[in-house]
Amino acid sequence: MKPPRFDYLRPQTLAEALELLDRHGGDAAILAGGQSLMPMLNLRVAQPAVLIDINAVPELDRIGRSGDRLSLGGRARHNDVFRSAEVAQAAPLLTVALEHVAHEAIRNRGTLGGSLALADPAAELPACMVCLDAEIVAASVKGERRIPAGAFFQGLYTTTLEPNEILARVDVPAAGTDWRFGFDEVARRRGDFAMAGVAVAVREESKAVAECRISLLGVEMSPRRMEAVEMCLLDAPLGTAANIVAAQSALRDTLEPIEGSEIPPEYRIQIARELLARVIRAMAAPVSGKRTH
Amino acid sequence: MPRASTRRLVAGRGRYVDDIPAKGEVYAAFLRSPHAHAAFEVVNISAAAAIPGVVRVLTAENIDPVCPPWKCVLRNAPDLQSPEQRPLARRQAVFQGEPIALVVAQSRAIAEDALELIEVEWSERPAAISLEAAAMPDAVPAHENLKSNICWRFEHRSGDPDKAFADAEHVVLRRLVFARKTGVPLEPRGILASYDPSTNGLIVHVSHQMPHQFQLHLAELLGMSPLDVRVICSDIGGAFGIKMHIYPEEVAVCAASRILGRPVKFIADRVESLSSDVHAREHIVEARMAVNTSGMITAIDVDDIQGLGAYSVYPRSSTAEAMSALRAVGGPYRFDNYHALLRSVLQNKVMTGQYRSVGHPVAAAITEALVEDAAAVRGEDSIVFRQRNFLPTEAMPWVSPMGARMIDLSHHACLERMLTLVDYPRLRQEIDTWRQEGRIVGLGLASFVEFTATGAEAYGRAHVPVSSLDGVMLTMEPTGEVRAQCSASEIGQGIQQGLAQIIADAVGVRADKVRVALGDTAASPHGGGAWSSRGAAITGEVAWTAGRKLRNELLNVAAAMLQTTATSLDLRDGRILAADTGAERIAIGDVARTVIFHPYDLPAGTNAQMSVSHTWGRDADPFLPTNGVQASLVEIDPISGLVRPLRHWVVEDCGRIINPLLVDEQIRGGVVQGIGEALYEICRYTEDGQYGSGTLADYLLPMAADMPDIVVAHVETPYSGSQLGAKGAGEAGTCGAPAAVLNAVNDALRPFGGRIDAMPISPVDVLRALGKLPAKAGA
Repeated sequence: MKPPRFDYLRPQTLAEALELLDRHGGDAAILAGGQSLMPMLNLRVAQPAVLIDINAVPELDRIGRSGDRLSLGGRARHNDVFRSAEVAQAAPLLTVALEHVAHEAIRNRGTLGGSLALADPAAELPACMVCLDAEIVAASVKGERRIPAGAFFQGLYTTTLEPNEILARVDVPAAGTDWRFGFDEVARRRGDFAMAGVAVAVREESKAVAECRISLLGVEMSPRRMEAVEMCLLDAPLGTAANIVAAQSALRDTLEPIEGSEIPPEYRIQIARELLARVIRAMAAPVSGKRTH
Repeated sequence: MPRASTRRLVAGRGRYVDDIPAKGEVYAAFLRSPHAHAAFEVVNISAAAAIPGVVRVLTAENIDPVCPPWKCVLRNAPDLQSPEQRPLARRQAVFQGEPIALVVAQSRAIAEDALELIEVEWSERPAAISLEAAAMPDAVPAHENLKSNICWRFEHRSGDPDKAFADAEHVVLRRLVFARKTGVPLEPRGILASYDPSTNGLIVHVSHQMPHQFQLHLAELLGMSPLDVRVICSDIGGAFGIKMHIYPEEVAVCAASRILGRPVKFIADRVESLSSDVHAREHIVEARMAVNTSGMITAIDVDDIQGLGAYSVYPRSSTAEAMSALRAVGGPYRFDNYHALLRSVLQNKVMTGQYRSVGHPVAAAITEALVEDAAAVRGEDSIVFRQRNFLPTEAMPWVSPMGARMIDLSHHACLERMLTLVDYPRLRQEIDTWRQEGRIVGLGLASFVEFTATGAEAYGRAHVPVSSLDGVMLTMEPTGEVRAQCSASEIGQGIQQGLAQIIADAVGVRADKVRVALGDTAASPHGGGAWSSRGAAITGEVAWTAGRKLRNELLNVAAAMLQTTATSLDLRDGRILAADTGAERIAIGDVARTVIFHPYDLPAGTNAQMSVSHTWGRDADPFLPTNGVQASLVEIDPISGLVRPLRHWVVEDCGRIINPLLVDEQIRGGVVQGIGEALYEICRYTEDGQYGSGTLADYLLPMAADMPDIVVAHVETPYSGSQLGAKGAGEAGTCGAPAAVLNAVNDALRPFGGRIDAMPISPVDVLRALGKLPAKAGA
């Protein structure tokens, strides 16, 4: 379990990194936190000719808010995002979801951009970005390209990121006080990849749901908005029994679950439906209601 | 008393195989079969050999001339048929991951680069994978020309089980499925073999439980004298039974060192460990229990199909797991009629073998599931049923239907202690309250008997050279301190500390004045190493006697020096005292210095021995039975079907406890492995024999955060046949935990009418048992 030979490059600026990436493109892999790449190298599943280590590139890990936009650098470590007060205020969904991401040691190294670029179907952050209606900012020598999260994830380990692009940052619309978020997942052990998870965002006007975004993780090949489910919750107070039943039913009709014998699709659907109800009820409950899981 | 070596180990100063360098060492990596069953030809190695840094590419062509094949043979089971196995497979690969070629290079990375360039032509064959399919008469054979995959068939009948079942008031039956799992020691298998052609000597550092056994087999396979083969097991980072076998990789590395005349090192990585260490526990068991009108167990019938993998593991045989299970079925109970049938089946998978608590967890799970069912059909609490059927103290010694001599057991006392420990009536009440609140909660009990400290009969009669004897050599240093060489092995369980305490007490010095060395065939007498929880019961007993011998020598010299008799003296805390007044007469350091440096001051002919040795193995009792009760409280998440252990209790009787801290650590660690067996751990194969549990993301270990508090209590019934009275403690946690968890889950599911009959317990099956998912198609 040793990686095959590769050239190792450690650019000192973003411009240099982009130039190297432009030169090596598909032959290169970007090393940020290395939490997925290093095992893949050691297992020889990934055999890039060149490794471009972006850990020395300044600014890529910046977390900051300007106006109604929260910007998260691609190399921001999970734990830095998790512990950020700005994130907790402007995108509390991320703070809640990150508690489910792996373990302390992995969160210390693993990065936001790494998780999004890998697009593991069971990962928390891709689903959250879809739910938050975030924009992925991809940088290349040609400049920046903005991709809505909903269009970024294309399938199992597949995104629209080009071989010459770095996931430079993610822009998340800062949530107003009229937004509420919910997240929960089921994993075999604490910190494992989810067998199913649900992220919900709602904006309320006059005690009725005016806007709603729902995405899932661990159930389908890649996260997407569950529009048919969202519809069921609109124009009514959050968490009415009838709406929850309707949403659960819509979810079952919408889902195209991952196949597998160990975790059969009907199991994923079942727990996704139950989780959806659990999350909505928890969101509708008084503020004192702590996480149930 | 904490163990003395803890500080060194937690400071990262342990010396495991990979920490030991040898001048000029090179590194081995194996090319492994990608197929479960295939014919192959290594076509071209020249590209691999041409990579800079590659020392040599070796195949069976190179290894066979220096090392013959081996084969598991048990003289007392002549019908056992297991094919020959080689360090590197020759033309036939019979499991995915079987080594077929070996690259030795200046680094492991270079060796792995070279592996990719070895050209092999493969011709896939159908494979025997699933246990049920492989056991069928018309099954695909696991080896070419194999007439049947049934490696061994065993049947045992005692009493009249047919009549007992015919006469029974109630018959309960279960079919339980136990998945494959493996040991996953923190330190993987590893070996550094250094052959020196100038002396024809081979020095081997290896992560193994039995240096002497390994030495004998290596010497035999390589055609060397054991005098020229020195095996050193320094710190061992866990073993759990998976490091007691002869593996192709280790032998191949020794052969490579012999061929190359230089040190060769191989450290299994985690993928290799998970896919080539022995697996354990693959069983499908159908069992029945007959109960008469008085609620007494009258008969048990067990039909066990056990998966062996591609070979019966060398040298002890994979069948030991199932034999151990059949011996322990019904362990805590008195019953007279027993029928057991075993079919051990060859498959195109990695070998199964001895792993912590060999077979006993299977026996405990079967027995205690049947006990729950029997109590349920009688409409009584299973505790009452157990109490009625336990083998009573006054009936011991008693010979079980499988011929096991049951002595010094404390079933009733352990259960009593457990009921107090869990505060049973209150806990049941609490569970009722939780259930009314909608929580899915269950409590499970499991009584068990575990046979420990295996004696000579087990392997001796099979003519497998496994020592059940141990040797201890003690040397008095001129400082009054004691140096010990023991044939036990320290594999992380703490026996080094236990032996130091025993020797210290036997001699009469403080434990920190005793230094115990283990694991070097050049230094210690031949002995058994670490297996079958034998350290305290066997090596400990030897150490006690050796310590007493040394004490007598010291007392005799002191008596001569003090012109008195040895019987009027005592030895405590390193000082010779007057036995009657306790007044200090002389320090033993002064006695030792006199013997070593000033013997002319002693009466002529004193000839005191400052070095003594003792060797011993038990003649009586082929096994030392131990017993205990475990209890598990679990909660099931209604959404996911995930089982969360809330609390776990163990009451255990391992006889005399030498070091309570070490015993409790062993129990807790064992329970965690048992919970892993019940809830998480599984070695998966696809239908065509591709291994699917090669990383720790796929092979789920129990993690600290998911484990419950484990409360441990003891009943002490010393073994009546030894001075110390110690029995085995290392595996008891693993023995009963899966059964307790399974019973707890089924207790939780009972109100819903569902039941789980397979381990590890899958959350999918739990949701099915809760009626929240449709039953599996075909089930």
